[in-house]
Parts: sequence; structure tokens; C-alpha cells
Amino acid sequence: MIENRLKEIKQKLIEFSLLTEKMIDDSIKGLLQKNSSMLKHIIDTDEPRTNHLEIEIEEMCIETIAQYAPKASYLRTILMILKINNDLERMGDHAVNICESALFLIERPDVKPLIDIPKMAELTIQMLDDSLKAYIEQNAEIAKQVCRRDENVDNLRNQILRELITYMISDPSTIERSLHLLRIAQNLERIADLSTNVCEDVVFMVEGKVIKHHADQ
Amino acid sequence: MEKERKRILKERIFSFGVVFLAFTACIPLFLILGFIIKKGISAINFEFFIHLPKPVGDEGGGISNAIIGTFITVGIAFFIATPISIMAGIFLAENRKGIVPEILRTCIDILSSIPSIVIGIIAYLWIVKPMKTFSALSGGVALAIIMLPVVIKSTEETLAMIPYSLREASFALGVPYYRTILKVIVPAGLSGIVTGILIAISRIAGETAPLLFTAFGNPFMSLKITKPINSLPLVVFNYSTSPYEQWHQIAWGAALVLLMLILTFNLLSRIISRKWKVKF
Amino acid sequence: MESEILKIENFSAGFGNTWILKNITFSVWQNKITAIMGPSGCGKTTLIRCINRMHEFSPGATHSGKILLHGQDIYSINPITVRRKIGMVFQRPNPFPTMSIYDNVLSGFILNGIKMQKQEKDRIVINSLQKAGLWEEVKDNLYRKGTFLSGGQQQRLCIARALAMNPDILLLDEPTSSLDPKSTLLIEQLMEELRQNVTVLIVTHNIAQAARISDYVAFLYLGDLIEYGPSKKIFTAPENKKTEEYLTGKFG
Repeated sequence: MIENRLKEIKQKLIEFSLLTEKMIDDSIKGLLQKNSSMLKHIIDTDEPRTNHLEIEIEEMCIETIAQYAPKASYLRTILMILKINNDLERMGDHAVNICESALFLIERPDVKPLIDIPKMAELTIQMLDDSLKAYIEQNAEIAKQVCRRDENVDNLRNQILRELITYMISDPSTIERSLHLLRIAQNLERIADLSTNVCEDVVFMVEGKVIKHHADQ
Repeated sequence: MEKERKRILKERIFSFGVVFLAFTACIPLFLILGFIIKKGISAINFEFFIHLPKPVGDEGGGISNAIIGTFITVGIAFFIATPISIMAGIFLAENRKGIVPEILRTCIDILSSIPSIVIGIIAYLWIVKPMKTFSALSGGVALAIIMLPVVIKSTEETLAMIPYSLREASFALGVPYYRTILKVIVPAGLSGIVTGILIAISRIAGETAPLLFTAFGNPFMSLKITKPINSLPLVVFNYSTSPYEQWHQIAWGAALVLLMLILTFNLLSRIISRKWKVKF
Repeated sequence: MESEILKIENFSAGFGNTWILKNITFSVWQNKITAIMGPSGCGKTTLIRCINRMHEFSPGATHSGKILLHGQDIYSINPITVRRKIGMVFQRPNPFPTMSIYDNVLSGFILNGIKMQKQEKDRIVINSLQKAGLWEEVKDNLYRKGTFLSGGQQQRLCIARALAMNPDILLLDEPTSSLDPKSTLLIEQLMEELRQNVTVLIVTHNIAQAARISDYVAFLYLGDLIEYGPSKKIFTAPENKKTEEYLTGKFG
């Protein structure tokens, strides 16, 4: 009864997570390949779909809580699904932000060859992918490991910031483009943070332990 | 500590006293049984059950006609009283409140307290006089009247104990009222009803007074219900008050047979009660 | 599309001068589970006993208003017919103690004098016991009397007995309140499957149970119908303040 319902919701969440991952992946691809139609598709089609999915999953969770008053592991599972649901929607929003800045950038000449941003994107997407794997497999070890990698992404963002500052100081005409590049980096960093949130939630779901707000554990 | 010991002692004495008095109540029963067996056993032999009574002076003789007579009179009472009393019992069990059931219950209580000899006289007036002869039928009727209140009461009590939920279960299946009573309630109470009948039978088997002016007695074997008939209690009454030693012996034997019969019915009713008892 | 199988219209019922139910109106949808919930004394048992016309057996029983089964007022049909179309399972299991399990399932037919071929009887018994989730546990003991069964099994036997009559609606009056948690769970799981064959109307004072199993729920309080609607809505966002108070445990 409740088991079937939880299975249904988990499936929907996996569908949602795959969509989000694709959005982020495609937004960077669109930037690198200068493919504006891909970027527009994300904004016009994918993002509304994520909003719809978020509401749908939220409603299912509320109904399940009202109907079954779940306890213990079922309770943790449902609450964490609600949170992951929320995080996925925010990641979608960040992907949209990336697309908007990408659409601006691909019309104009590059400020610099894009090396760090793709690198950051690769790390971020890897983190997201692993956090979703941790969720599907209910694997707390993978989850904890992902949390440790957040530092790398943060460092990359700081590096990009420093580099872009030098460009902006030396040539003011690059400011607007640099700010958009920075925005993309910020959004990638936020996506990485949200992935660690997902991992903390997975650990709570599986082990009942709270590992939030700890530097590295 | 002294108080404590006194209290325990008092309790022990009390427990002992209760058990002792309980067994004391059984003593008359054992004395009677023992006495009758002792006195009557010498009269019991195969002949006793097969042969008719012989005139005074002759050796031997039996009580075969009395045994048959007891069965016939009790049988007549059974066939008359059973259907009426079961119906009445069902009626009273189904109608716990109301003026008519109350009146009926009062009548039955009064009926059960009428002395059996008076019932015998009534049967004499109703049946013997019009028929101008003593008969097994009149004896059976008298016994039936005695049997009625016993079976009605036990039927009513048995059926009243059946939980209402059983009726509800039947009604909910769309079963009409009369079918519910006949096919659910009565079968569920069968053990109590049968027990009541057996106990009533064992009681009327020993009734003497009503048979004195109805069945009257008969030295010969008779199977006709319109003719006088012999019966075990009549043998005991008539022969024990006679001046002949032989007949006294026969009376003891008859008493023993009667006693055994009654004991058997009692035991049977206990066994049936346990085996057929329905748990809810 | 859902079809309405029972309509209760401005219905009131009571004993003598006291009205227990006051002007109740709602619909029961086919092949759905409708729960009637409320605190003790709210009239839910009275309501359910009116639906299969058992209320009439109580002395001084009165009623007004209509209850329409497939559009026909049940008070205009023979009550025996009504009770064969609307089955009932009671709070305390009450299988017939003098009958075997086999006969108990068929008791609706046996007691009504309806004769059938052995094949037909076997088919009904197997079918009903399977639907009641009892077949596996009793299939080797069909001819024994039902008294050796546990409380939960006896209750499932009563469900099988009611199902054997192929009713349109199955009424259940707090069917699990006298059972242990394991039997309760079994019977709740049963309800979900039963829905496919029959419309279920269940009275319960257990809010969690009503939330778990029902598609629609009616909330009664002191004889009035306070709120009625799909369970998903009532248990998450009820419209009436009294419903909200009841669900959050302020009374009852």
C-alpha cells in the first residue's frame, strides 16, 4: 500500500532528476557549441516541465503523508523526497540562468578561451550525477564522498573570479561579457551546493543521521 | 503475629466447613442409592425383565408390563408436551417484554407449582370420566401437564442466552424471521432444549400420584392407550403397601430399575449438554 | 466516469421522539470505498443500519427521507430483497456456530431455502473465500465448524458469507475494531481488492484507518453531516472548521 505509493513517487523523482541533469548538461553544451536553439529549448520547454513535475511530486507527497501518516524510515524518505524535489527545481532555475547568459555570450566574441568553465561544469555535473546515483541506490558512502568534492568546485569558481577580474581591469569592454561568464560560474557553484544538499538528505534517509552544516564528514 | 495466625486459622476452618457441608448434602443421595441397590439387587434377574407379574403365592414373576407401561406413558407425555412447550419457549424467548408474555409466564409458574396429585385428579375428570375407563392416554396427559412448565422454562432460558448478533447475522442475509428462528436460533440452542426435555422426562418417569387415578395399573401386558396400563412407580406403590413379602421384593426391584432409568437419563443429559453445547 | 450507486436524500432516523440522524444527504459512488467517520454517538452505525433496513428491528425506530439504490427508494422495495442486495459485516464476527465453514459461506442461500447443484455451490464457496483472502487458510478444513478460527479469520469468513450473495454494496460496521493489528492490516488490504467487485461503505471511528483506505469520506457529528468529499481533499484541506478540529484531535 504505502510501499507502492513510495515506489511511484521515487520513479517520478528519478524522471525529474534525469530531466534536470540533461538541462544542465545541455546548457553548457549549448554555450560551447554556440547552439542557441538548444538553449532556447531548455528555457521554453524544459523549465516549465520541471515546475510541473515539482508541483506534481509535492502533491503526491502531501497526499501520502495525509493518507498513511508514515513513520520512521518511510517518514524520512518522504520528507527527503520533498526536499530533493525542491532542490531539483532550483537546479533547473540555475540551468535557465546559465542558458540566459549563454545566449548573450554566443552572439559575441569570446573574452578568453573557455577552459575553466567547462572543467567546472564537468565537476559539477559529475557531482550531480553521483548524488542522484546515491539516491537511487540508497548508498550513503557515495553521498558522503560527493560532499567532500564540493571544495574543488568552490576553488575553481574562485579561480575563475580572480582571472575575470584581471580581464575586466585591463579591458573595460570585456566587463559585460565577463560578468555573464561569472554568472555562469556562480550558478554552477550553486548547483554543486544543491547536489551536496541532496547527498546530505540521502544520508539522513538511509542512516537517520544528520550531516548537514558539517565541513567535511 | 498472633492476629495473623488467628486469621489464617479462621480461614482454614471456614474452607473446611464449606467443603464438609457440601459433601454432607451428598450423603442422603449415597445412602438412598446404597440402600435401594442392596435391597433391590436380589430381585433383579433376567426373568424380572421379561415376565409378567404372577399372582400371589406363585414363585417368580416380573415387571415387564410396568417397564413397557412407563415407556408408553412417558412417550405419550413426550409427544404431547414437547411441540407445545418448545413453541411456547420460543415465543417467550422472542418476546421478553409485553403483557401477554408476562401473563403466560405467570401461568406457567403457577402450573409448575400445582401438586402432581391435583393434576392427576384433573386428568381423571377430563379424560377418565368421559372415556369411562382408566387409560394410558390419561396418564400420559397428566404427565404431559407436569412436563410442560419444565420444558418451557428451559427452552426459554436456553434461547434467551443466544446472543442477538446471531439473529442479526441471519437478518442481514435477507433471511425472514421465521426461518431465522427455526434454522438458526433453535439449532444453536438444541443442546439446552434437549437437556431440558431429558431432565423433564427423568422427572415424570418417577411421578406416582397422577398415575393413581389415570393409568391405574394393569396386571397384564397392555399396549393399548385406551386401556389401563401398569407403570414402575405404580408397582412400587402397590406392591410395597401389600402384605406379601414376595411383592415387597418385587417393589424393591422396581424401585431399583426406576432409579437406574432416572440416573441414565440424567447422565445422558449431562453428556449431551457437553457434547452439543454451542460456543459463541 | 464514476456512477452513483446509492443516494441518501434528506434522510433522518431515530427512535421514538429522538432523532439520531438529521437531514443527511450524500452520494455513494460505485466501486469506491466510502468511509463514514465521526466520534462516538454521531449516528454512523444508525445510518449504516438504515441502508440495509436493519434499523427497523429496533423498537420505536422511525425514519424520514429517501435512500435510493440505483434510483429506487429502498423503503418501497421488500426489505428482504434490500438485504440480499446490500450485505453487512458486523463489528464482532458472528459466523453461525452450528454450521461448517463451507455451509457458513453458503448460509445466505441455505437459510433462504435456495437449492443449488454441488458444482455451483463449490464454485461460490471457493470464489467467496478467495475474495475474502481466506481460501488458503481453510481449504483443507472446509467441513469443520468455524469456531476454531481466530477472530480475524472469523471476520473474513463473515465477509466471504456476505460476498457469496453477490451484493451490490457491502456495509462494514467497524469491522476491525475487535481484531488484533495483524488481522486489521489483512482486512484493510482486502478492501482495496474488494473494490473491484463491490461498492464498500465502511463505518469507522479510527481516523487513520479512514485515511488509509477510503476514496470518499463523510464526516458525521451529532447526527449532522458536517462534510463529505474525496478523501484526498478532506484529509489535507477540509473546508469545515469542525472537520479540521476533529482531524487534528481537538475532540472525539
